[in-house]
Amino acid sequence: MRPKISFQDVSRRFDLGGGGGFLALDRFSLDVADGEFITVVGPSGCGKSTAMNIAAGLLRPSSGRVLVDDAEVDGPGPERGVIFQQYALFPWLTVRENVEFGLRVAGMAARKRREVADHFIALVGLSDFADSLPKTLSGGMKQRCAIARAYAVNPKILLMDEPFGALDALTRVNLQDQLLRTWSQERRTVLFITHDVDEAVYLGSRVIVMAARPGRLHKVVPVDLPYPRTEEMRLSAGFTALRNEVWRSVYHPAEH
Amino acid sequence: MTDPMPGVEEPSRKSWAPAAAMLGLNLLAVLLGLGAWWLVTAEGVAGLPGPGAVLAAGITLARNGQLLTDSLASLARVLTGFLLGVMIAVPVGFLMGWYKIARGLVEPYVQFFRTIPPLAVIPLAIVTMGIGETPKIFVIFLAAFLSSVVATFQGVVSVDRTLINAARVLGAKDATIFRRVVIPASTPFIMVGVRIGLGSSWATVVAAELIAAQSGLGFRMQQAQLYYDLPTIFVSLIAIGVLGLLMDRIIIAADRALTAWQEKA
Repeated sequence: MRPKISFQDVSRRFDLGGGGGFLALDRFSLDVADGEFITVVGPSGCGKSTAMNIAAGLLRPSSGRVLVDDAEVDGPGPERGVIFQQYALFPWLTVRENVEFGLRVAGMAARKRREVADHFIALVGLSDFADSLPKTLSGGMKQRCAIARAYAVNPKILLMDEPFGALDALTRVNLQDQLLRTWSQERRTVLFITHDVDEAVYLGSRVIVMAARPGRLHKVVPVDLPYPRTEEMRLSAGFTALRNEVWRSVYHPAEH
Repeated sequence: MTDPMPGVEEPSRKSWAPAAAMLGLNLLAVLLGLGAWWLVTAEGVAGLPGPGAVLAAGITLARNGQLLTDSLASLARVLTGFLLGVMIAVPVGFLMGWYKIARGLVEPYVQFFRTIPPLAVIPLAIVTMGIGETPKIFVIFLAAFLSSVVATFQGVVSVDRTLINAARVLGAKDATIFRRVVIPASTPFIMVGVRIGLGSSWATVVAAELIAAQSGLGFRMQQAQLYYDLPTIFVSLIAIGVLGLLMDRIIIAADRALTAWQEKA
């Protein structure tokens, strides 16, 4: 079966002034199947955000290419939704207006737009806040709104760049479960970037471990736990073993 | 000069003093000030008119319509110059922020003329444009334009890149991003410039009228000066202060309405 997303030898060099530069991503190759939930974990500087930005079309690779459905990525597009760590909600728009933003850009009629927006707002549990401005929401609610906004334009792929990184541990666990619930109802191909080993193992069907200097793919760890994932699994010995394996390859890449 | 009571506009967030008590203190301060004025002038110190004489002059000027005529003349000049300045500054500021070429071409002029007080341009404006309305409106225009153009430009360059990227990945192209992201995101900056611009426009009009005019509050003071008519000077000064304060309050209200979405830390 052909992959949904295919990274093919993707490298990215950043030039620093005075002829200097560094290799943020070195010949990164990865195939992601349709409907798969892939997590990417690694230390800072491992190129995980660079890889995601290239897939999103926000950054050009220095060499190599990213294919989505066999077509080369050339700039951003609504078929690839992006969720940012800083939420990136438009602060002057209400929750509903934020979720409608992409639909409006696509020229959808107002009534249909509202219908779609309300569906996804309900899906992330924000119906009571549909008319609120972002400034009145907590961090977790803002990120749920951003998830609804990304879903609303019906992307085939969701690219999530440390979406829960700024949230406290309890909120994070809640949002992980909620994200998996949403994903099981509205199945998409997900590329989820995190620096949290537990989060990577709990969410992903495969964990991509990356290493730094230069940023590169280090190891792929398959997670053989079935979906839906439960708290029981999170506390199981199998989970702990996987978590330890990923932990070692993140923190001691030379030996593991 | 347009903001003589800066403490009033930002009610303390930890309002341990209720608003009413604060207002009471403000009123008390005004009454004390009037009392002190009355005491000092009753003794004939400095030959200044007392509150009573100024009030009488104010009533006379208000009754014969001169106060209204003068105020309207000054206001008309300020509003014309100010609106022209803002209307041209905002698009120019957007161009400067959005296109590097526009920025490179316009910025040297803006930065240079910003260091010249608009008042310093009055002699040149009078010599080249005569003593009609044009030089005065031009100088006010300059005052409003310079502060608004810089603020708008700053607003555009400080728009959060993540918001632009968020719009882009939702399918928005440049024109949409400009209209739906850049303009709203830079509104708070623009409003700061507009407020400063209005303040300096008001200062400029009065100065321009002192030098060359046949009407307006500045002209009235200049006339009163010739006849040693101190009460009229006081009435004009108070009118300038009150009108400046009112205009500033209108801008603040507009700012609050336009940028209520802002997250205030």
